[in-house]
Amino acid sequence: MNEMPNIEQATDMTETKISANKVQVYYGDTHAIKDVDIEIQPRSVTAFIGPSGCGKSTFLRTINRMNDTIDICRVEGSIRIDGEDIYDPKVDPVQLRAKVGMVFQKPNPFPKSIYDNIAYGPRIHGLARNKAELDDIVSSSLQKAGLWEEVKNRLDEPGTGMSGGQQQRLCIARAIAVSPEVILMDEPCSALDPIATAKVEELIDELRENFTIVIVTHSMQQAARVSQRTAFFHLGILVEEGSTQDIFTNPKDKRTQDYITGRFG
Amino acid sequence: MSLFWLILIVLAIAVVGYVLGRARAMSSAGGVRSALHSLPSYYGANVAMKAAVPALLLLIVWLLAQPFYVNSDISAMIPDSAISDGSSRGLVLAEVRRAARGLDNAVAAGAMTEEFARNARADFNDITVRLKEAGQIVTSEITQPVLRAAQRYRVLAAAGNFYMTIAVILVAIVGALWGLRETNAQFRARNTVEKGVRVILIAAASIAILTTIGILLSLVFNTVEFFKLYPAADFFFGLTWSPSFSGRGGSSELGIIPLLWGTFYISFVALAVAVPIGLFAAIYLAEYAGSKVRAVAKPLLEILAGIPTIVYGLFALLTVGPLLLSVFGDNGIGIMKAGTAVMTAGLVMGVMLIPFVSSLSDDIINAVPQAMRDGSYGLGATKSETVKNVILPAALPGIVGAILLAASRAIGETMIVVLGAGAAARLSLNPFEAMTTVTAKIVSQLTGDADFASPVALVAFALGMTLFVVTLGLNIVALYIVRKYREQYD
Amino acid sequence: MTETTLSPEAAEKPAKLPFKSKSLYEVDDLTRKRNAAEKRFKTYGMAAIGVGLFFLFVLAYTIISEGIPAFTKTIVEVEFSLTQEQFDEAEGQLFKTKAYEQIFIGALQGQLQESGVSVPFDATTIERIVGKPGNTIRSFFTANQDKLGGPAAFELAASSRVDGYMNGRVTRENMTDSRFLQKTDLDLVDNLVEAGVIKTVFNWNFITGADSGVDNPGAAGIGASVVGSLFMMLVVLFLSLPIGVAASIYLEEFAPQNRFTDLIEVNISNLAAVPSIVFGILGLAVFIQFMHLPQSAPIVGGLVLTLMTLPTIIISTRASLKAVPPSIRDAALGIGASKMQAIFHHVLPLAMPGILTGTIIGLAQALGETAPLLLIGMVGFVARGYPDGFIAGFTEPNSAMPAQIYTWAARADFAFYEKAWGGIIVLLVFLLTMNIIAIILRRRFERRW
Repeated sequence: MNEMPNIEQATDMTETKISANKVQVYYGDTHAIKDVDIEIQPRSVTAFIGPSGCGKSTFLRTINRMNDTIDICRVEGSIRIDGEDIYDPKVDPVQLRAKVGMVFQKPNPFPKSIYDNIAYGPRIHGLARNKAELDDIVSSSLQKAGLWEEVKNRLDEPGTGMSGGQQQRLCIARAIAVSPEVILMDEPCSALDPIATAKVEELIDELRENFTIVIVTHSMQQAARVSQRTAFFHLGILVEEGSTQDIFTNPKDKRTQDYITGRFG
Repeated sequence: MSLFWLILIVLAIAVVGYVLGRARAMSSAGGVRSALHSLPSYYGANVAMKAAVPALLLLIVWLLAQPFYVNSDISAMIPDSAISDGSSRGLVLAEVRRAARGLDNAVAAGAMTEEFARNARADFNDITVRLKEAGQIVTSEITQPVLRAAQRYRVLAAAGNFYMTIAVILVAIVGALWGLRETNAQFRARNTVEKGVRVILIAAASIAILTTIGILLSLVFNTVEFFKLYPAADFFFGLTWSPSFSGRGGSSELGIIPLLWGTFYISFVALAVAVPIGLFAAIYLAEYAGSKVRAVAKPLLEILAGIPTIVYGLFALLTVGPLLLSVFGDNGIGIMKAGTAVMTAGLVMGVMLIPFVSSLSDDIINAVPQAMRDGSYGLGATKSETVKNVILPAALPGIVGAILLAASRAIGETMIVVLGAGAAARLSLNPFEAMTTVTAKIVSQLTGDADFASPVALVAFALGMTLFVVTLGLNIVALYIVRKYREQYD
Repeated sequence: MTETTLSPEAAEKPAKLPFKSKSLYEVDDLTRKRNAAEKRFKTYGMAAIGVGLFFLFVLAYTIISEGIPAFTKTIVEVEFSLTQEQFDEAEGQLFKTKAYEQIFIGALQGQLQESGVSVPFDATTIERIVGKPGNTIRSFFTANQDKLGGPAAFELAASSRVDGYMNGRVTRENMTDSRFLQKTDLDLVDNLVEAGVIKTVFNWNFITGADSGVDNPGAAGIGASVVGSLFMMLVVLFLSLPIGVAASIYLEEFAPQNRFTDLIEVNISNLAAVPSIVFGILGLAVFIQFMHLPQSAPIVGGLVLTLMTLPTIIISTRASLKAVPPSIRDAALGIGASKMQAIFHHVLPLAMPGILTGTIIGLAQALGETAPLLLIGMVGFVARGYPDGFIAGFTEPNSAMPAQIYTWAARADFAFYEKAWGGIIVLLVFLLTMNIIAIILRRRFERRW
């Protein structure tokens, strides 16, 4: 892999978890993502911001190959996680997704009990050898998601019966239970009320210790609150990427400035 | 005058009324269209509606009521002594009607004059001889009172038809005149017509209710009649089915249990074929197949549902039956005696139900929100794990509903079992033996030569009632489950 | 896999969560197993589709291969001339038809010799092959005495066994000598085929003819029952379309939200799932038992099928009405049309293609329905001819296509099975045509709003 210059470059830097190089995404004939290059650091929160339809969610979904499930979607360029190209034919998307978890816009608990929702991932990936281990994974995941106290007495109740905020934290716990290295969050708070949003944001901040988090958000305030680095997308192009502080206080690009000052979006 | 001509005359009166109404409206407005409240055609339509609708309604009511009146009149003519043991008034009345029809036919064939057929003083033997000569079936049960009643029946029916014609035409003309009388420039013809149309629309919608009532009445009345002749407990709990067509079915054993067993056994085999194949086909089409495969395979599979059941029946009788016989028959394993068997009918019915299960399940699987799939794929589940652990549990109520609907189809299916399952009612576990079903027996009891009023024929209505109740129950439960399921994801 | 398993202690303390840095390029055992399960599952799905399509193929193959012979018949074509003397001589004999048969055999021998083959045969062989030809020949010449002396061609229908031999149903291997046909006769048949005397021609009679008696499968045709079906479909069309459309308009556009409306809705959805045989019982009890309409008449069949088809038509008509956007109604109401006018002038015409498509599909279903017809007596009836006129077409007893097929399937003579399959081909051609028309209508006029 040494012949790839960008890898050497990446390894030269302090640390890089994910590096994307000239990523193109097509939906049929539509060129949805153009020439995106980005490096994402481990154990940090990176926020993707931009107006609707700018491609930030599409790009996020390329990181764990969720776009594979859409027939007409085509991805070009390379995305590397720990230096390994995830679009390499040798890579099994199933194994990749165990490493790169995902939380979606709308809370989507399975129509099962809370326990089974969390246990689902560990079960399919064979992470527990027995019931006791599974119980441990479930309880620790719920603890990490800050949900344990609220649900410990009703693990048998259906996950769909919880409040929206609880459902979303359940979905985060479900993602953690597989012990991924990266967690992708696609506007995780857009369906939640402000109090629930605050709880989720708090949780994201805590999770930063152990996971690399990429979050797509519609709200610039949220990006400013939770992320260390921010990337601004516009019309399928990555306009600017840098530390959150820089992007919000001292944007280099005119478009970024217009967006964060609310001139469009 | 035949019914057809009567209807035609009423319609003709309506058309004439339309033309007159339109002309009268125009003339009342002095030929100025804008002076009319409504368009001229509405005035015509108003007259036509008032001529035709009440007249046709009267016609329908008369047609329904006349048999009641005639029957009660005839019934009073028959002394109790004329009703022999083991018979009933209903049976004798049926006899009367048959004799009357025989007389009609004899007159039509020219074997006797109308005068003669009506002459109540005519010699009894002479009439029966002449009827026989005219090739009309005259059973030995025809007695003097029956024949007299039959003659009276004919007189009443003819008079009824005569008065009906007069009354209907009269009503049509009066209606037309009424419509014409109210026609003037200020009359709100459009509103009146629209009100009338609305009533017609409601009447059309009510036909669904009338059909259900018709089904219920025809089943209930005849079932009650049957239970008068045959004890209900023996019917519901009897383990033997052996109708005897001789002697009014007095020695028949008409237990439904063997028929229900055959019905459920065959349905079970059919579902055992259709559910796994249909379900896997639906899963493949919904989750795996590309749009091209889907566009080809789905309609092709649905062709199976569009093929008439008679084709499947023939396929069972002539192709599948002999094929199974060659494998399991005496030349093969030796557990099958004839081509018609539970297995034959069940297999073919299963094939018929595949598209039924698959397209219903396909709809239901597609109704599971994409977010569920995303959630599962996002955790690194494979497609099959997602299907088994997330989609199927989520779709389960809907799929159960679909299977219940398929079961109701299987239980009510007639042609395949009539041709493919055999005619012998038996309680056996061997799927390669011939058995029979409720539907097959409804057909055989009502198409045989059995007297319509005898228990061996009437039992078909009790069977029909059972079938109706069972399938209706299944449908209601299934539709309820499916609706609840749809609401969950709407 | 153990290295990726969360140990309980680690789970307790999130900070110590171990980082997996296993390469994505290596597929581990469990994943391999899971992918194999995935492939298996997918194969089951493909197999299910395959089984379904296989049955469809087998069904289609069976129908075509078994049914095609019904459209052909085997004839024996003999041409010879009969002189006045021969005629007088034959007429003078005691067994007249026997005499004509001898003349026929002589002519046949002559034709065989012309083509250079000679097989010995006698009158009984001929009788087994073409029945008794003497009668046909005699009645021809007695009716057309002016044809005497000139050449006359005769087309005689071969017996059903010979017919079977010609289309492969009967082979030398599977046949047994009987009074109907003997193995030795087949030599003669082969030679006659070579000489062009026996040939297979298209059987128009099957399409246009009426049903024959139980002992004469060769002459059975489906024509009369096609006419019966046609009259039934006319009844269904002219009753169910207006009633269905009227009911749908009421339910979709006018019906208030009340219990009566709910009752109608529940009734419609339940009627759509009631077994067809129950509608047969309804027809029998109400139309025949109670209203005394004629048994086996297409009008009764049509009425029963109308009641059966109505729910289907109402459901599809309502869908088409619903598909017309409310803006059309608003536009019409906005320029002062009454609600009735808005619906009849604007909504209904726009929904018409969809309504017609649904109606055709409903009719196609009704056309193939058999069970209710069994109960109203259309099956027992042997349709020996066409109805005498338009009204008689509705009221006179007749058969219908599926009923005719069932009648043939229930007969003892195997030769009728071929007719039944042939009848199915005719029925399916009708159904296919109707469905294609429906698809074309839908493609042509389907509008997306």
